[in-house]
Amino acid sequence: MRTENQRLADLLRADHENILRGWTVEYHNYAEGRGLTQNVAAEQTAILQGLEAGLRGDGDAGNFNTGPWGTLRDTLAHLSRNRAAQGETADVTSGFVLALKRPIFDALQRQASGVEGQIDVIWTTSAIVDRMAQWTISTYQKTREEIIVRQQHELMELSTPVIKLWDGVLAVPVIGTLDSSRAQMVMESLLERLVETGSELAIIDITGVPTVDTLVAQHLMKTVTAIRLMGADSIISGIRPQIAQTIVHLGIDLQGIVTKSTLADALAAAMRMTGHTVSRNGN
Amino acid sequence: MERIPILRMGRHLLVTIQIDMQDQTALQLQEDLATMVEKTGAHGVLIDVSALEMVDSFIGRMLVSISDISRILGATTVVVGIRPAVAITLVELGLSLGGVKTALNVERGMAMLDAARVA
Repeated sequence: MRTENQRLADLLRADHENILRGWTVEYHNYAEGRGLTQNVAAEQTAILQGLEAGLRGDGDAGNFNTGPWGTLRDTLAHLSRNRAAQGETADVTSGFVLALKRPIFDALQRQASGVEGQIDVIWTTSAIVDRMAQWTISTYQKTREEIIVRQQHELMELSTPVIKLWDGVLAVPVIGTLDSSRAQMVMESLLERLVETGSELAIIDITGVPTVDTLVAQHLMKTVTAIRLMGADSIISGIRPQIAQTIVHLGIDLQGIVTKSTLADALAAAMRMTGHTVSRNGN
Repeated sequence: MERIPILRMGRHLLVTIQIDMQDQTALQLQEDLATMVEKTGAHGVLIDVSALEMVDSFIGRMLVSISDISRILGATTVVVGIRPAVAITLVELGLSLGGVKTALNVERGMAMLDAARVA
Protein backbone atom coordinates (compact mmCIF):
# COMPACT_ATOMS: atom_id res chain seq x y z
CA MET A 1 0.00 0.00 0.00
CA ARG A 2 1.22 3.52 -0.76
CA THR A 3 2.51 5.51 2.22
CA GLU A 4 0.05 8.35 1.77
CA ASN A 5 -2.83 5.89 1.71
CA GLN A 6 -1.50 4.21 4.83
CA ARG A 7 -1.09 7.50 6.65
CA LEU A 8 -4.48 8.83 5.65
CA ALA A 9 -6.25 5.59 6.60
CA ASP A 10 -4.49 5.53 9.99
CA LEU A 11 -5.39 9.16 10.54
CA LEU A 12 -9.06 8.53 9.75
CA ARG A 13 -9.16 5.75 12.32
CA ALA A 14 -7.13 7.53 15.03
CA ASP A 15 -8.87 10.88 14.82
CA HIS A 16 -12.33 9.53 13.94
CA GLU A 17 -14.28 11.48 16.58
CA ASN A 18 -12.73 14.85 15.82
CA ILE A 19 -13.15 14.45 12.08
CA LEU A 20 -16.82 13.57 12.51
CA ARG A 21 -17.42 16.55 14.73
CA GLY A 22 -15.52 18.91 12.42
CA TRP A 23 -17.42 17.59 9.43
CA THR A 24 -20.81 18.20 11.08
CA VAL A 25 -19.88 21.75 12.00
CA GLU A 26 -18.51 22.49 8.53
CA TYR A 27 -21.62 21.04 6.88
CA HIS A 28 -24.03 23.05 8.99
CA ASN A 29 -22.06 26.21 8.35
CA TYR A 30 -22.26 25.60 4.64
CA ALA A 31 -25.91 24.53 4.51
CA GLU A 32 -27.09 27.38 6.78
CA GLY A 33 -30.06 25.38 7.99
CA ARG A 34 -31.13 24.20 4.55
CA GLY A 35 -29.64 20.74 4.79
CA LEU A 36 -31.27 17.62 6.13
CA THR A 37 -30.36 16.66 9.65
CA GLN A 38 -31.79 13.15 9.88
CA ASN A 39 -29.40 10.21 9.65
CA VAL A 40 -26.47 12.51 8.96
CA ALA A 41 -24.29 10.88 11.63
CA ALA A 42 -24.96 7.40 10.31
CA GLU A 43 -24.21 8.51 6.74
CA GLN A 44 -20.98 10.15 7.82
CA THR A 45 -19.80 7.02 9.63
CA ALA A 46 -20.64 4.88 6.59
CA ILE A 47 -18.77 7.24 4.26
CA LEU A 48 -15.69 7.30 6.50
CA GLN A 49 -15.71 3.50 6.66
CA GLY A 50 -15.99 3.29 2.88
CA LEU A 51 -13.22 5.81 2.46
CA GLU A 52 -10.91 3.89 4.79
CA ALA A 53 -11.68 0.61 3.03
CA GLY A 54 -10.91 2.20 -0.33
CA LEU A 55 -7.60 3.59 0.92
CA ARG A 56 -6.55 0.27 2.41
CA GLY A 57 -7.53 -1.39 -0.87
CA ASP A 58 -4.86 0.74 -2.54
CA GLY A 59 -7.36 3.03 -4.28
CA ASP A 60 -6.60 6.52 -5.48
CA ALA A 61 -8.50 9.26 -7.29
CA GLY A 62 -7.53 7.79 -10.66
CA ASN A 63 -9.30 4.48 -10.12
CA PHE A 64 -12.37 5.84 -8.34
CA ASN A 65 -14.71 3.96 -10.69
CA THR A 66 -13.17 0.55 -10.00
CA GLY A 67 -12.93 -2.18 -7.37
CA PRO A 68 -11.59 -0.81 -4.06
CA TRP A 69 -14.09 2.06 -4.02
CA GLY A 70 -17.20 -0.08 -4.53
CA THR A 71 -18.57 0.30 -1.01
CA LEU A 72 -17.96 4.04 -0.92
CA ARG A 73 -19.59 4.55 -4.32
CA ASP A 74 -22.67 2.58 -3.24
CA THR A 75 -22.94 4.56 0.00
CA LEU A 76 -22.65 7.88 -1.82
CA ALA A 77 -25.09 6.84 -4.54
CA HIS A 78 -27.63 5.80 -1.92
CA LEU A 79 -27.20 9.10 -0.07
CA SER A 80 -27.45 11.09 -3.26
CA ARG A 81 -30.61 9.31 -4.42
CA ASN A 82 -32.25 9.86 -1.04
CA ARG A 83 -31.46 13.55 -1.06
CA ALA A 84 -32.61 14.02 -4.64
CA ALA A 85 -35.88 12.26 -3.82
CA GLN A 86 -36.38 14.47 -0.75
CA GLY A 87 -35.86 17.57 -2.85
CA GLU A 88 -32.57 18.79 -1.40
CA THR A 89 -30.62 21.10 -3.69
CA ALA A 90 -27.60 19.93 -5.65
CA ASP A 91 -25.18 22.36 -3.99
CA VAL A 92 -26.08 21.30 -0.44
CA THR A 93 -25.75 17.64 -1.44
CA SER A 94 -22.27 18.13 -2.88
CA GLY A 95 -21.43 20.55 -0.08
CA PHE A 96 -22.08 17.77 2.39
CA VAL A 97 -19.35 15.63 0.84
CA LEU A 98 -16.94 18.51 0.26
CA ALA A 99 -17.28 19.56 3.91
CA LEU A 100 -15.18 16.50 4.74
CA LYS A 101 -12.03 18.11 3.32
CA ARG A 102 -11.49 20.72 5.99
CA PRO A 103 -11.67 18.44 9.05
CA ILE A 104 -9.20 15.99 7.49
CA PHE A 105 -6.76 18.83 6.84
CA ASP A 106 -7.26 19.98 10.44
CA ALA A 107 -6.51 16.48 11.67
CA LEU A 108 -3.35 16.38 9.55
CA GLN A 109 -2.26 19.68 11.02
CA ARG A 110 -2.87 18.47 14.56
CA GLN A 111 -0.95 15.25 13.91
CA ALA A 112 2.36 16.67 12.77
CA SER A 113 3.33 19.45 10.47
CA GLY A 114 6.31 19.57 8.22
CA VAL A 115 6.67 15.81 8.05
CA GLU A 116 7.98 14.54 4.76
CA GLY A 117 5.29 13.40 2.35
CA GLN A 118 2.67 15.66 3.95
CA ILE A 119 1.92 17.24 0.58
CA ASP A 120 1.25 13.80 -0.93
CA VAL A 121 -1.30 13.05 1.79
CA ILE A 122 -2.98 16.43 1.30
CA TRP A 123 -3.11 15.92 -2.46
CA THR A 124 -4.57 12.42 -2.11
CA THR A 125 -7.20 13.67 0.32
CA SER A 126 -8.19 16.56 -1.88
CA ALA A 127 -8.34 14.52 -5.07
CA ILE A 128 -10.39 11.74 -3.50
CA VAL A 129 -12.88 14.04 -1.79
CA ASP A 130 -13.36 15.86 -5.09
CA ARG A 131 -14.05 12.59 -6.87
CA MET A 132 -16.53 11.69 -4.11
CA ALA A 133 -18.36 14.98 -4.63
CA GLN A 134 -18.42 14.51 -8.41
CA TRP A 135 -19.79 11.01 -8.05
CA THR A 136 -22.47 12.27 -5.67
CA ILE A 137 -23.52 15.01 -8.06
CA SER A 138 -23.66 12.76 -11.09
CA THR A 139 -25.85 10.26 -9.21
CA TYR A 140 -27.99 13.14 -7.96
CA GLN A 141 -28.50 14.39 -11.50
CA LYS A 142 -29.26 10.92 -12.81
CA THR A 143 -31.91 10.47 -10.13
CA ARG A 144 -33.50 13.81 -10.97
CA GLU A 145 -33.58 12.90 -14.66
CA GLU A 146 -35.26 9.59 -13.85
CA ILE A 147 -37.88 11.47 -11.84
CA ILE A 148 -38.50 13.84 -14.76
CA VAL A 149 -38.83 10.99 -17.28
CA ARG A 150 -41.25 9.17 -14.98
CA GLN A 151 -43.33 12.28 -14.49
CA GLN A 152 -43.46 12.92 -18.23
CA HIS A 153 -44.68 9.39 -18.74
CA GLU A 154 -47.30 9.72 -16.02
CA LEU A 155 -48.43 13.05 -17.43
CA MET A 156 -48.76 11.45 -20.83
CA GLU A 157 -50.92 8.64 -19.50
CA LEU A 158 -53.01 10.92 -17.31
CA SER A 159 -53.84 13.25 -20.11
CA THR A 160 -55.19 10.85 -22.70
CA PRO A 161 -57.99 8.69 -21.31
CA VAL A 162 -60.34 7.01 -23.76
CA ILE A 163 -63.88 7.11 -22.37
CA LYS A 164 -66.85 5.07 -23.42
CA LEU A 165 -69.66 7.63 -23.65
CA TRP A 166 -72.45 5.46 -24.98
CA ASP A 167 -72.91 2.07 -26.50
CA GLY A 168 -70.64 2.23 -29.56
CA VAL A 169 -69.45 5.78 -28.86
CA LEU A 170 -65.95 6.55 -27.54
CA ALA A 171 -64.58 9.95 -26.52
CA VAL A 172 -61.06 11.30 -25.97
CA PRO A 173 -60.82 14.60 -24.13
CA VAL A 174 -57.42 15.94 -25.22
CA ILE A 175 -55.94 18.25 -22.58
CA GLY A 176 -52.79 20.28 -23.17
CA THR A 177 -50.75 20.88 -26.28
CA LEU A 178 -51.08 18.20 -28.91
CA ASP A 179 -47.49 17.48 -29.99
CA SER A 180 -46.34 14.55 -32.10
CA SER A 181 -45.83 12.08 -29.27
CA ARG A 182 -49.15 13.00 -27.62
CA ALA A 183 -50.96 12.73 -30.94
CA GLN A 184 -49.38 9.34 -31.55
CA MET A 185 -50.43 8.19 -28.10
CA VAL A 186 -54.02 9.46 -28.52
CA MET A 187 -54.22 7.75 -31.89
CA GLU A 188 -52.87 4.43 -30.63
CA SER A 189 -55.00 4.20 -27.50
CA LEU A 190 -58.12 5.30 -29.35
CA LEU A 191 -57.66 2.77 -32.17
CA GLU A 192 -56.96 -0.03 -29.69
CA ARG A 193 -60.14 0.78 -27.80
CA LEU A 194 -62.14 0.96 -31.03
CA VAL A 195 -61.17 -2.64 -31.78
CA GLU A 196 -61.73 -3.77 -28.17
CA THR A 197 -65.19 -2.27 -27.83
CA GLY A 198 -66.28 -2.58 -31.47
CA SER A 199 -67.38 1.05 -31.36
CA GLU A 200 -68.45 2.74 -34.56
CA LEU A 201 -67.98 6.35 -33.52
CA ALA A 202 -65.20 8.30 -31.84
CA ILE A 203 -65.42 11.86 -30.51
CA ILE A 204 -62.18 13.82 -30.16
CA ASP A 205 -62.76 16.72 -27.80
CA ILE A 206 -60.18 19.51 -28.07
CA THR A 207 -61.67 21.89 -25.49
CA GLY A 208 -58.48 21.53 -23.45
CA VAL A 209 -56.11 22.22 -26.33
CA PRO A 210 -54.91 25.83 -25.93
CA THR A 211 -53.90 26.50 -29.54
CA VAL A 212 -54.43 24.84 -32.88
CA ASP A 213 -51.75 25.44 -35.49
CA THR A 214 -51.13 23.69 -38.78
CA LEU A 215 -49.17 20.91 -37.06
CA VAL A 216 -51.91 20.18 -34.54
CA ALA A 217 -54.46 20.24 -37.34
CA GLN A 218 -52.34 17.79 -39.29
CA HIS A 219 -52.20 15.45 -36.29
CA LEU A 220 -55.98 15.67 -35.99
CA MET A 221 -56.45 14.90 -39.69
CA LYS A 222 -54.17 11.87 -39.39
CA THR A 223 -56.12 10.57 -36.42
CA VAL A 224 -59.41 11.07 -38.24
CA THR A 225 -58.06 9.26 -41.32
CA ALA A 226 -56.79 6.35 -39.23
CA ILE A 227 -60.20 6.06 -37.54
CA ARG A 228 -61.88 6.01 -40.95
CA LEU A 229 -59.47 3.30 -42.15
CA MET A 230 -60.53 1.19 -39.19
CA GLY A 231 -64.10 1.54 -40.38
CA ALA A 232 -65.41 3.95 -37.75
CA ASP A 233 -66.62 7.55 -37.92
CA SER A 234 -65.33 10.48 -35.94
CA ILE A 235 -66.45 13.86 -34.67
CA ILE A 236 -64.17 16.66 -33.50
CA SER A 237 -65.74 18.75 -30.76
CA GLY A 238 -64.79 21.58 -28.43
CA ILE A 239 -63.68 24.01 -31.13
CA ARG A 240 -63.72 27.46 -29.52
CA PRO A 241 -64.57 30.56 -31.59
CA GLN A 242 -60.94 31.78 -31.59
CA ILE A 243 -59.73 28.39 -32.72
CA ALA A 244 -62.34 28.28 -35.50
CA GLN A 245 -61.04 31.67 -36.66
CA THR A 246 -57.44 30.50 -36.52
CA ILE A 247 -58.29 27.40 -38.55
CA VAL A 248 -59.95 29.51 -41.24
CA HIS A 249 -57.13 32.09 -41.28
CA LEU A 250 -54.49 29.39 -41.59
CA GLY A 251 -56.44 27.94 -44.49
CA ILE A 252 -56.64 24.50 -42.89
CA ASP A 253 -59.10 22.32 -44.76
CA LEU A 254 -61.32 20.34 -42.42
CA GLN A 255 -63.65 19.26 -45.23
CA GLY A 256 -65.15 15.86 -44.72
CA ILE A 257 -64.59 16.00 -40.97
CA VAL A 258 -67.63 16.39 -38.75
CA THR A 259 -67.03 19.20 -36.25
CA LYS A 260 -69.17 20.42 -33.35
CA SER A 261 -68.65 23.28 -30.93
CA THR A 262 -69.29 21.38 -27.69
CA LEU A 263 -69.05 17.82 -26.47
CA ALA A 264 -72.82 17.88 -25.79
CA ASP A 265 -73.53 18.70 -29.44
CA ALA A 266 -71.16 15.95 -30.48
CA LEU A 267 -72.92 13.43 -28.24
CA ALA A 268 -76.31 14.47 -29.62
CA ALA A 269 -74.98 14.04 -33.15
CA ALA A 270 -73.46 10.70 -32.20
CA MET A 271 -76.80 9.47 -30.84
CA ARG A 272 -78.51 10.48 -34.06
CA MET A 273 -75.85 8.77 -36.16
CA THR A 274 -76.13 5.54 -34.16
CA GLY A 275 -79.93 5.64 -34.39
CA HIS A 276 -80.78 6.58 -30.81
CA THR A 277 -83.38 9.16 -29.88
CA VAL A 278 -83.48 10.98 -26.56
CA SER A 279 -86.79 12.22 -25.17
CA ARG A 280 -87.79 13.86 -21.90
CA ASN A 281 -89.95 11.72 -19.65
CA GLY A 282 -93.46 12.85 -18.58
CA ASN A 283 -95.58 15.68 -19.91
CA MET B 1 -47.22 -18.54 -56.77
CA GLU B 2 -49.88 -18.43 -54.12
CA ARG B 3 -53.40 -17.40 -55.05
CA ILE B 4 -55.85 -15.77 -52.69
CA PRO B 5 -59.18 -17.68 -52.80
CA ILE B 6 -62.35 -15.75 -53.59
CA LEU B 7 -65.53 -17.11 -51.97
CA ARG B 8 -69.02 -16.46 -53.18
CA MET B 9 -71.72 -15.78 -50.57
CA GLY B 10 -75.08 -15.05 -52.16
CA ARG B 11 -74.73 -11.79 -54.03
CA HIS B 12 -71.40 -10.97 -52.41
CA LEU B 13 -67.81 -12.03 -52.89
CA LEU B 14 -65.66 -12.66 -49.86
CA VAL B 15 -61.86 -12.42 -49.86
CA THR B 16 -59.87 -13.18 -46.73
CA ILE B 17 -56.23 -12.27 -46.99
CA GLN B 18 -54.36 -14.55 -44.60
CA ILE B 19 -50.78 -14.14 -45.74
CA ASP B 20 -48.49 -11.20 -46.22
CA MET B 21 -48.98 -10.61 -49.92
CA GLN B 22 -46.28 -10.18 -52.48
CA ASP B 23 -46.83 -7.72 -55.27
CA GLN B 24 -47.42 -10.50 -57.81
CA THR B 25 -50.05 -12.14 -55.59
CA ALA B 26 -51.78 -8.80 -55.21
CA LEU B 27 -51.92 -8.20 -58.95
CA GLN B 28 -53.27 -11.71 -59.46
CA LEU B 29 -55.98 -11.07 -56.87
CA GLN B 30 -56.93 -7.84 -58.60
CA GLU B 31 -57.33 -9.67 -61.88
CA ASP B 32 -59.20 -12.65 -60.38
CA LEU B 33 -61.61 -10.33 -58.58
CA ALA B 34 -62.41 -8.34 -61.71
CA THR B 35 -63.14 -11.59 -63.56
CA MET B 36 -65.26 -12.96 -60.70
CA VAL B 37 -67.34 -9.79 -60.32
CA GLU B 38 -68.05 -9.79 -64.03
CA LYS B 39 -68.85 -13.53 -64.12
CA THR B 40 -71.09 -13.71 -61.02
CA GLY B 41 -72.65 -10.27 -61.27
CA ALA B 42 -71.88 -9.75 -57.57
CA HIS B 43 -73.18 -6.60 -55.88
CA GLY B 44 -70.62 -6.45 -53.15
CA VAL B 45 -66.98 -7.36 -52.49
CA LEU B 46 -65.77 -7.77 -48.93
CA ILE B 47 -62.03 -7.87 -48.33
CA ASP B 48 -60.95 -9.00 -44.85
CA VAL B 49 -57.44 -7.86 -43.97
CA SER B 50 -57.58 -8.53 -40.22
CA ALA B 51 -54.78 -11.10 -40.50
CA LEU B 52 -52.41 -8.64 -42.15
CA GLU B 53 -49.77 -7.20 -39.87
CA MET B 54 -48.17 -5.15 -42.57
CA VAL B 55 -49.61 -3.20 -45.47
CA ASP B 56 -47.20 -1.31 -47.71
CA SER B 57 -47.97 1.43 -50.19
CA PHE B 58 -48.34 -1.08 -53.03
CA ILE B 59 -51.01 -3.11 -51.25
CA GLY B 60 -52.66 0.15 -50.19
CA ARG B 61 -52.84 1.29 -53.78
CA MET B 62 -54.10 -2.11 -54.86
CA LEU B 63 -57.00 -1.87 -52.41
CA VAL B 64 -57.92 1.49 -53.93
CA SER B 65 -57.78 0.15 -57.48
CA ILE B 66 -59.78 -2.99 -56.61
CA SER B 67 -62.42 -0.69 -55.15
CA ASP B 68 -62.42 1.48 -58.29
CA ILE B 69 -62.57 -1.50 -60.66
CA SER B 70 -65.46 -3.05 -58.75
CA ARG B 71 -67.35 0.20 -58.76
CA ILE B 72 -67.06 0.40 -62.55
CA LEU B 73 -68.35 -3.17 -62.75
CA GLY B 74 -71.27 -2.25 -60.48
CA ALA B 75 -70.18 -3.70 -57.13
CA THR B 76 -69.48 -2.01 -53.78
CA THR B 77 -66.19 -2.84 -52.03
CA VAL B 78 -65.72 -2.81 -48.26
CA VAL B 79 -62.33 -3.38 -46.63
CA VAL B 80 -62.73 -4.72 -43.09
CA GLY B 81 -60.51 -5.37 -40.09
CA ILE B 82 -57.63 -2.97 -40.65
CA ARG B 83 -55.52 -3.23 -37.49
CA PRO B 84 -54.64 -0.10 -35.46
CA ALA B 85 -50.94 -0.46 -36.24
CA VAL B 86 -51.67 -0.90 -39.94
CA ALA B 87 -54.01 2.11 -39.93
CA ILE B 88 -51.31 4.26 -38.33
CA THR B 89 -48.71 3.06 -40.83
CA LEU B 90 -50.99 3.84 -43.78
CA VAL B 91 -51.68 7.32 -42.43
CA GLU B 92 -47.97 7.95 -41.89
CA LEU B 93 -47.34 6.80 -45.47
CA GLY B 94 -49.87 9.40 -46.57
CA LEU B 95 -52.33 6.81 -47.88
CA SER B 96 -55.86 7.58 -46.83
CA LEU B 97 -57.44 5.00 -49.18
CA GLY B 98 -59.82 7.65 -50.48
CA GLY B 99 -62.99 6.20 -51.94
CA VAL B 100 -62.59 2.84 -50.21
CA LYS B 101 -65.36 1.92 -47.77
CA THR B 102 -64.13 0.47 -44.49
CA ALA B 103 -65.72 -1.38 -41.57
CA LEU B 104 -64.54 -2.57 -38.18
CA ASN B 105 -65.28 -6.28 -38.71
CA VAL B 106 -66.83 -8.72 -41.17
CA GLU B 107 -70.27 -8.47 -39.59
CA ARG B 108 -70.41 -4.69 -39.95
CA GLY B 109 -68.99 -4.97 -43.45
CA MET B 110 -71.74 -7.37 -44.48
CA ALA B 111 -74.40 -5.06 -43.03
CA MET B 112 -72.84 -2.24 -45.02
CA LEU B 113 -72.96 -4.22 -48.27
CA ASP B 114 -76.60 -5.17 -47.67
CA ALA B 115 -77.46 -1.55 -46.98
CA ALA B 116 -75.65 -0.45 -50.13
CA ARG B 117 -77.65 -2.90 -52.26
CA VAL B 118 -80.98 -1.62 -50.91
CA ALA B 119 -80.02 2.00 -51.52
